[in-house]
Amino acid sequence: MKIRAQLQGDVADVKVLMFHPMETGLRKDPVTGEIIPLHFIRRVIATHNGKTVMDAQWSQAVSKNPFVNFRIRGAKPGDKITVNWEDNAGEKASIEATLN
Amino acid sequence: MKTQPPSGKSSRREFSRALALGSAYVATFAAGWLRPFQSLAAEWNKTAFDAKVLADALKSIGAASVIESDQVQLKAPEIAENGAIVPVEITSRIPDTQTIYVFADKNPQPLVAIFDIAAGLEPFISTRIKMGESSKIRVLVKAAGKFYVATQEVKVTIGGCGG
Repeated sequence: MKIRAQLQGDVADVKVLMFHPMETGLRKDPVTGEIIPLHFIRRVIATHNGKTVMDAQWSQAVSKNPFVNFRIRGAKPGDKITVNWEDNAGEKASIEATLN
Repeated sequence: MKTQPPSGKSSRREFSRALALGSAYVATFAAGWLRPFQSLAAEWNKTAFDAKVLADALKSIGAASVIESDQVQLKAPEIAENGAIVPVEITSRIPDTQTIYVFADKNPQPLVAIFDIAAGLEPFISTRIKMGESSKIRVLVKAAGKFYVATQEVKVTIGGCGG
């Protein structure tokens, strides 16, 4: 996962790229011909200094290696922004950025 | 091409390209897998996401009636060559926006994403979605118990669900 958080005045512009196949369960393996099972990030939570600002639920129809951009008000240098995701297989990831 | 505009599509594209190339972009990042989250998955709206037709998906989020509004701004391409990556940008000017819902009407399951907007977050989301075929993208905004909607037709050249 990668994050870029940029302060523009008192608004933090946050761009996040997650690395995940986001399998729809409809695709076949080109070699074996077998269906590749459904596998997707279904929950994403962003926090600002520990307080949840965005709580997202996703389907498998979010693009592979999901990108999301959001903006947090009332931000200042030193503030911490975290993003957590969890997929339908229970895998999780987390990342943190500090504003400067 | 290496300039860095303050915001907007070119900035995002630049960012994505930089990530894809693995260039030494000035980014603050750290490796993941740091801490577990507390049983978040319990709140995933299975009924709404599993719905196979739009009407059922709308029903299961409680959107019995919706109001068309130019205060919900939806930016998406008119033609998407690749249905696997359709950029969608949503801005709500409706006061007290609580939730933003994204649908692709003709996808096998129309509901794509739900974003709960807590205090402190601008009612703005930009992301990329998959579309199985040409259809409307439909964005609902929930504010003070009411639902507001904006739609845009997107023509998909190559579908992005199977393959």
